[in-house]
Amino acid sequence: MEPFTRLTAIAAPLDEPNVDTNQLCPTRFNKLPQGQFARAFFHELRFDLDGREKDFVLNREPYRRAKILVGGVNFGCGSSRETAVYGLYEYGFRCVIAPSFGDIFVKNCFKNGFLPVTLPEQDVAAIRRQLTEQPGANLTVDLESQTVTDATGHAHHFDMHPVRKRCLLKGLDDISRTREYARQIEAFETAYRSEHAWLFGAADKT
Amino acid sequence: MGMTIAEKILARNAGLPQVRPGQIVTATVDSLMLHDSAVQIYKLFKEIGIDRVWDPSKVVAVNDHKIPARNVEDAELDQVKRAFVKEFEIAHWYDVGRGGICHQVFPEQGHALPGTLVLGCDSHTTSYGAFNVAATGTQIPEAYWVAAKGNLWFRVPESIRFELSGELPRGVVGKDIVLKIAGEHGADFAAYKSIEFTGRAVEKMSLSNRWAIANMGVDLAAKFAIFEADQKVFDFLKGRTRKPFTPVESDPDASYERVYQMDVSALVPQVACPHDLANIKPVTEVAGIPFQQAFIGSCTGGRLEDLAAAAEIMRGKKVHPGVRMIVIPASVEVYKDALRAGLVEIFADADAVVAPPGCGPCSGHHLGILGAGEVCVSASNRNVKGRMGSPDAEIYLASPATVAASAIAGVIADPRQV
Repeated sequence: MEPFTRLTAIAAPLDEPNVDTNQLCPTRFNKLPQGQFARAFFHELRFDLDGREKDFVLNREPYRRAKILVGGVNFGCGSSRETAVYGLYEYGFRCVIAPSFGDIFVKNCFKNGFLPVTLPEQDVAAIRRQLTEQPGANLTVDLESQTVTDATGHAHHFDMHPVRKRCLLKGLDDISRTREYARQIEAFETAYRSEHAWLFGAADKT
Repeated sequence: MGMTIAEKILARNAGLPQVRPGQIVTATVDSLMLHDSAVQIYKLFKEIGIDRVWDPSKVVAVNDHKIPARNVEDAELDQVKRAFVKEFEIAHWYDVGRGGICHQVFPEQGHALPGTLVLGCDSHTTSYGAFNVAATGTQIPEAYWVAAKGNLWFRVPESIRFELSGELPRGVVGKDIVLKIAGEHGADFAAYKSIEFTGRAVEKMSLSNRWAIANMGVDLAAKFAIFEADQKVFDFLKGRTRKPFTPVESDPDASYERVYQMDVSALVPQVACPHDLANIKPVTEVAGIPFQQAFIGSCTGGRLEDLAAAAEIMRGKKVHPGVRMIVIPASVEVYKDALRAGLVEIFADADAVVAPPGCGPCSGHHLGILGAGEVCVSASNRNVKGRMGSPDAEIYLASPATVAASAIAGVIADPRQV
C-alpha cells in the first residue's frame, strides 16, 4: 500500500449530502479488475449516456486535477462495496474530507490506504466555500500532525486512531502489519516445534 | 451504570463487565454471513496459505445477488463459492433453490439468535436486529480477519432510543415508519449509532414489520438497529434452532444519546422520491405520478406478509396495461408459503410475473433492470441514481401495499383507498 504522510494538492468541493457508494462506483462496474476503476468513479455524474462529459465539478478545470475531495455529511453511505474506494483512489484522489462518513466505507478506506478526514460540519462548509470562491486553491493534509490547512492558512485538527494512523503513514495493510512480527512468529514456531516435537510427526520420521 | 442492548452484547462478547460508548473493544463474533464475498476470501486464503476458517459451524454462506447465474462469469464465480464451502467445510450453505436473499435466509434458518453478535458482508445485515441480534455489515477486507480469527474490534456505539407509540393503521407498515424517520431526521441521523426501537407500537407490530425496520437501519446510517426479543421472536425461532440463547434487554438506567417519540397511529403511507431516501412525501402528495415498472421483493419488502398485503389488493384485478410488475419472494420458504396460500396464482392472474427468490433488480443486477427515462415504484430499499439500472431512471420507494395499489392504478396510488 502507498504510504500517506503529507499532501498538498488542489481540492474539489462537492456540496452534496449522502453521496452513496453506488455513485462512487455504479453496480455494473463492480466486477472490473483492479486498475480500471478510474472511469467507473462517479460515472453517472461525469458522463452522459453517450459517454460525453457532463457539467460536473470534477469535469471543470482546475478541479479536474484535484487530489482532495471535500464532501458533505454521510459521505460513502449505502452499499458495502469496496470498489467505491478503488474508484476514488484510481481516479487520483488520496483524501476525502467530510463532516461524517458511511461506517463501512470508512473501514474500506483504511484497508486500502485511503485517508478519510472528519471535521466539524461548519468547518467543512467553510472550506468548500473557499474552494468555490478560489478555484484551484490548495489544501494541505498532514497526517503526522493530524491537521488540514485550508486556503486561508488556518489549520484544522482532526482525530485519528493511532493504529490507523501508523498503518497509513507506513503504508501497511493488515497482512504486512502482521508480517512486521515475522521474527517473533518464527521464533515462537521454532521453539514450539522443538518443545512439542511429537505434535509434528518427529516420532514417525526417526 | 446501566447499559443499552448494544453495549450489553458487546460487553458480553468482549468478556467485559461493562463497556461505554466510544470505548474500543475486541469482541468474539457469534456468526459471520457471506455471499459473493466468499469468492475473495477463498482466493486470499489460498494465496497466503490459510486452510481453515476459525469455526466452520459459525459461517453462513448464501448465494443471492445474481442467481441463477446470468452468464459464464457468474457461473464460474458460483463454482468458486462452492469450492470454498466444500474445502473449508462451511456448515451452512444456501445455494440456488435452497435459500434466497441472505437477510431472509439467515433468520429463517435459525441463525439469528437473540443476544448474539453477527457480522455480515452486506450492508443490510442490520436486519437481524429484529431478533435482538447486534448485527452489522462489514466488507471483505475486514471479513478476511473475521473468517480467520472469529473476532473483531468495535468502537462501542452511542445508542439512540426510538419509542413508537400507538398502533399502525390499516395499510401502513414498518417500511412506512422507516421512510418517515428518514424524511424527518435525514438519512444520516444515526451515523455509527445503535438504534433501539421500543414501545407499545413495537409490541403490537408483526415480526415482519420489525424486520423491515431493522433492515433499513443501515439506510439511516446506523451501526445496529435492535429490538428486544419477545414471544413473537421465540415463536419464530421454534423449530428453526436448538441452540440456546440469552436475549438481552436494556437496563432501566441505560443512557441514550438521544430519545425520540413517534405516534404511529396517525401515520400515512410514505414514499421516498428520487433520488434520495430522505426525499419523503406522504403518498397523498405523489398520487397520480405515472410509472412503468412495479417491483415487490428484496430483503426489505419480499416477505410473506409483504406478498400477502399486495395480493389482497390485487386479487381479481389486473396490473395496469402501461405497467409491468415483478414479484420476487425473498426466499424459497417465502415462495413455498406464497404458493400454498395461493398468492402466486393471484399475481399470475393479475399479469404480474413471479421470479425466483434472490435479490433481483434491487441490487441492479438482473430480473427487471430499468432503462433510461423509466420510472419504477419499488418495495426495496435504495433509490439512488442508477441503483436498479440506468442512471437516468427514477425510483420511488414505498411499502408493498403502495406498490400493489399503484400497479393496478398505473400511477402512484394510496393503498388505503383500494
